[in-house]
Amino acid sequence: MRLYLLAMVFVLISGLPGVFLRRWGGEVAAVLMGLGALLGMAAAVRVLAGGPVAVLTLPPAPLASAGLLTLDPIAALFSLPVFLLPACAAIYGIGYWDDHQENARRLRLVLGLLAAFLALLVVSTHALPFLLGWEGMAIAAFLLVMTEDRLPEVQRAGWIYLVCTHTGTLALFGAFAILASVSGHWAFSTLPRAFAGTSQGTALFWLCLFGFGLKAGVMPLHLWLPSTHAAAPSHVSSVMSGVLIKMGILGLVRLLSWIPDPPFWWGATLMVLGALSGILGVAFALGQHDLKRLLAYHSIENIGIILLGLGLGTIGKSTGHPVIQVLGFAGALLHVVNHSLFKGLLFLSAGSVVHALGTRNLEQMGGLGQRMPWTSAAFLAGSWAICGLPPLNGFVSEWFLYVGSFRALGFYPWPWSLVVLTALAIIGALALACFAKAYGAVFQGTPRTRAAEAAHEAPRSMLIPMGILATSCAVIGLAPMLIAPALDRVVGSLGASTDLPPLSLLSSLPSLSILAFLLLGSAWLLWRWLRPAAPGGPLPTWDCGYAAANPRMQYSASSFADGLVGGMRWLLWPRSSGGEVAGTFPSTQAYGSHVPDPVLERIADPVFRVVATGAAFLRFFQGGQVHLYLLYVLLTLLALLLWMVA
Amino acid sequence: MSPDFLIALTLISNFMLVATSRVNKAIQIVVVQGVLLGLIPLAMGLGKYFHILLVVLAALVVKGWLIPFLLRRAIREVHIQREVDPYIGYTVSLMLCALGTGLSLILAHMLPLKAGTPVVLLVPAALATLFTGFLVLVSRRKALTQVVGYLVLENGIYLFGLLLVEEMPLLVETGILLDLFVGVFVMGIVINHIRNAFDSTDTRHLAELKD
Repeated sequence: MRLYLLAMVFVLISGLPGVFLRRWGGEVAAVLMGLGALLGMAAAVRVLAGGPVAVLTLPPAPLASAGLLTLDPIAALFSLPVFLLPACAAIYGIGYWDDHQENARRLRLVLGLLAAFLALLVVSTHALPFLLGWEGMAIAAFLLVMTEDRLPEVQRAGWIYLVCTHTGTLALFGAFAILASVSGHWAFSTLPRAFAGTSQGTALFWLCLFGFGLKAGVMPLHLWLPSTHAAAPSHVSSVMSGVLIKMGILGLVRLLSWIPDPPFWWGATLMVLGALSGILGVAFALGQHDLKRLLAYHSIENIGIILLGLGLGTIGKSTGHPVIQVLGFAGALLHVVNHSLFKGLLFLSAGSVVHALGTRNLEQMGGLGQRMPWTSAAFLAGSWAICGLPPLNGFVSEWFLYVGSFRALGFYPWPWSLVVLTALAIIGALALACFAKAYGAVFQGTPRTRAAEAAHEAPRSMLIPMGILATSCAVIGLAPMLIAPALDRVVGSLGASTDLPPLSLLSSLPSLSILAFLLLGSAWLLWRWLRPAAPGGPLPTWDCGYAAANPRMQYSASSFADGLVGGMRWLLWPRSSGGEVAGTFPSTQAYGSHVPDPVLERIADPVFRVVATGAAFLRFFQGGQVHLYLLYVLLTLLALLLWMVA
Repeated sequence: MSPDFLIALTLISNFMLVATSRVNKAIQIVVVQGVLLGLIPLAMGLGKYFHILLVVLAALVVKGWLIPFLLRRAIREVHIQREVDPYIGYTVSLMLCALGTGLSLILAHMLPLKAGTPVVLLVPAALATLFTGFLVLVSRRKALTQVVGYLVLENGIYLFGLLLVEEMPLLVETGILLDLFVGVFVMGIVINHIRNAFDSTDTRHLAELKD
């Protein structure tokens, strides 16, 4: 625990020297953050490797608590990305957001704060520090999103985020109040059996699902997520998408760890929500033109996959099938780590594209693979992992879920796990299409704009963190048996009292990694074999025999995805304008298309507009006069006095 | 000197404050009121307790010297006009003040208070002073007279606090004084800022800040 607290102090103060230094602020922050990350991850790895659970207890008088902060296996697993991603972001920030960029000092300071609050949140096993970490994290993230606070788009994203996060916290207040009324104290503890079936238990579940789901970006509650991720600086987006939204999952995992006997419908609800977020997330990602919005919708999709796993595990727990429980929870928890690794990697590589081009619009990129080879390789690795293709890490966690669902088919009279299987299959296929579109539009073909033509590779300080993340993805993908014992420990602390079967027995991990190496080897051989004999310099893409093809004739990102987006017109409701060609010699035409967010733009915006109009009469009371406000106070006081006397 | 006499003087100072048309005069009255209130614990025969002596001393220094010093400096620096400039005329203000005082006398009898209150006039005077403070706050335009209103309001709270003076921890009273001091300080800054922004210390201009 001492190591962990020291790590927290390091990340907390990481941005502080930069406030006073004239130069080297970014470097100092990166060093401090990196040191903190090494210490914190060392503490976490020790617990995951079977070391003792560390507890920090305060005297019971003020908080009535035992075990205020606990570095248990759940906390240890979540603290790995919590330390790794901000450290990568800090290194990346040296080159990406140097002192000449606006609010650079504030950004570094608040990034350290965010990391420290996240670290606090992860180890809190008491309602008070948990909420402290939760709110601190939310406010720090708000300040980070607002880095470019002169842009109206950024302001709007920031305020939507602030409103959403506070609504979520309100639900959490309710949840913790129920928890305290059941257990009699504010410390987290296992709840009595049969509690989950009561109406209080149901209320607790829905409050937690709302509060934590809002943070995690589960599909109907994701409205803050796309615009926030697009508006923030890219390394901040990588921390938000990689770590911050996982705190919602952490909350749900904590909830599940308190309940010894969750009802079947809890698992079913989680599963259905997971399928919904997963499929809709990737479907809406297909329609995006903004690279970072596209990645943000993929975060929603991956939260869906994690929820599918949690649902699978919960059903296994409630029906007493430890095999399903282990595979479901292990898949979900590993996907938490995996997603933070590859989504962090994707946001960082997208950031260096944005850095080089100054735009996030996919239609203005192209041909960057030759100009930015390392960034291109990093983005490809991230895409590979997020699509769940072997031999990278995304495959391993989805493999657990597939194995679990197939096993569940044999255990139960009716095949509910088909939901998981179908959803995973649809998600996988659509994700592949979406990343083919993104990678193709950004890195393949020929440059569509002059800025893309003049693009240059990112500096080394931005490539190193991408390298760290890509290597981690590869290690988990190639040697999953290394992390299986750690996952067993986490799942064990989530499970009921019975001893659970180890993961390595259930999922044949060594053969997976042997297969992975075989695949890699044969791919390399194939590449050697098919490589053109005499390359003779870069050649243009084959233009089907047309003469003088220009960059505007290639597939654009929208046209690539149009087949799928058009096929899902009933679901996505895309809007398009222009593009009608008439006559023999048509004049210049413009065409635009847009896939609006279903919740934010179709539900929340109109509803709140009506509410605002309806509440306009309340402005009458805001006269702007101090005297008037004081008069309100006086009248209220008088009324209260008279009411008390009467 | 009986405490009731001092309290009666306090009530009279309330009326004088409401009726005065000069800022300087209003400050003088508040100072006198503060000193009167500071002396009441002594008149109640509580001078034997050391901590109450401290409270008296602090009240006298803060209300009799520090606050008027700050206010007069504000007048000098900001060149405030001498007119009080009320929303409500002086006659109407006087009548409202009288109404409030009468209401306080009636209400004080109906309040569920602990039996054996030491001084008969204490509760009604506290309520009346509170009411006067609010009246000044609501009906006077200048930022400086607003400060005066806050001071009178605090005097009312102080009077109420005297009810508990024997059990009252020193902490509470120090808290009140500190709060007041900070309030005056902040208002002083606000006054300067209003003047810099609008070239006058008329709080009506603050209405431009609303949505």
